[in-house]
Amino acid sequence: MCHAIPAQIVAIDEQADTATVALGEVKKDVSLALVQDVQLGDYVLIHVGYALNKISTEEAERTLQLFAEMAELDVVQP
Amino acid sequence: MKYVDEFRSHDLAQKLSKDIRREANPDRHYNLMEFCGGHTHAIFRYGVQNLMPPNVRFVHGPGCPVCVLPIGRIDNAIELAQKHDVILCSYGDLLRVPASGRKSLLKVSAEGADVRMVYSTQDVLKIARENPDREVVFFAIGFETTTPPSAVAIKQAEAEGLKNFSVFCNHVLTPAAIQNILESPEVREIGSVLIDGFFGPSHVSSIIGSQPYEFFAEEYQRPVVIAGFEPLDVMQSTLMLIRQLNQGRHEVENEYTRVVSREGNRKAQSLVAEVLELRRSFEWRGLGLVPYSALQIKKTFAEFDAEKRFDIPESRVFDVKGCECPRILRGVKRPTDCKLFGTVCTPENPMGSCMVSSEGACAAYWSYGRFSQPKSQPKTEQEPVV
Ligand code: SF4
Repeated sequence: MCHAIPAQIVAIDEQADTATVALGEVKKDVSLALVQDVQLGDYVLIHVGYALNKISTEEAERTLQLFAEMAELDVVQP
Repeated sequence: MKYVDEFRSHDLAQKLSKDIRREANPDRHYNLMEFCGGHTHAIFRYGVQNLMPPNVRFVHGPGCPVCVLPIGRIDNAIELAQKHDVILCSYGDLLRVPASGRKSLLKVSAEGADVRMVYSTQDVLKIARENPDREVVFFAIGFETTTPPSAVAIKQAEAEGLKNFSVFCNHVLTPAAIQNILESPEVREIGSVLIDGFFGPSHVSSIIGSQPYEFFAEEYQRPVVIAGFEPLDVMQSTLMLIRQLNQGRHEVENEYTRVVSREGNRKAQSLVAEVLELRRSFEWRGLGLVPYSALQIKKTFAEFDAEKRFDIPESRVFDVKGCECPRILRGVKRPTDCKLFGTVCTPENPMGSCMVSSEGACAAYWSYGRFSQPKSQPKTEQEPVV
């Protein structure tokens, strides 16, 4: 029920405060009433027709990096 | 899909599994409660428990809004649709939930009540605009993730002067429920149940931030790690909890930094604060009455409050005798400890709250079958981490 999904903003309608997001192949219109300063190309979390939050690209990379670093460590350590 | 697939990598899951096995101290137990149904679902769906050493155990909490909604409130919604002849709008998850007398919203809709499934509160506003001579009620449920869209709709209805729209508000709060679990006698009495640490909700925290959990970590000396919903997020968070426990720390850490900050989404928080306020007490299915655990519509927006507009009686309906949900939700028992599990109680015919939605602990045990007794047939194939 609380599961939101990541999607990329492909169009913004400032007047209506809505955006079109791409979820893989599917496009959807969502409300931007709950977020600030979102831009074309940003990734946002979508839940019940609203963008809830921006997804930080740098933080996502950093988290993945963290997993990967541990993987490298594993190679060195028997 | 971006930001999904990367967090399901099979190889990385194996590595993380090795790290966890290496760091978990074989001389102690790690009982880690995931509050959210989303985590419960991920743990079962991807078989995360299988990647853990035997002393690392997941305890499933009450974090599924459909599961914890008391039957009495569903009875109320059914009555709104049947007696008051409103257009009752609800998220799809609620339609099949059984209410008293074997009714459900789906059933009464088949019998002629006007029940409509909506995807968003924006859909409800649209229905209200298109049906000016009908009363349109939104049956609102959910945790902090789902609350802001209800607040937005109420504000929008006010701005538009939409007179036939109201909200039957059942929004509940996660921190209050976690506190209730920690304060229950079974959990407080040392040695009876162990919850050593918590996975903090991910999407709830995207709104409220990680800060509200600092109180528990401190007060109850349990570490909390805010964890994303993908399997690798859960595994990395497990490792972070194990490290804290090994080092004797009890802090709030954040694994889900790509979305969650300490402060959360301020814009959403202030919208909610403008429209909604705390209820003194609210019933949770499985937990009973929990003080200050839910929200109601403020007086200034009373004209949009379905509880003020219609006569909605307070009704308490008790769960079936023998149902162990209250203990399961506190981590004291497991679904398989319940005599009704898989025999009398199944997802098609749920007796208690934990069997109601796929995010409930009993439903997850049943669907993914790994823990089920021979008599119950697994319904869904488990999906390996890809
Ligand atoms: S199996 Fe059914 S009756 Fe038993 S605890 Fe779970 S929900 Fe309750």
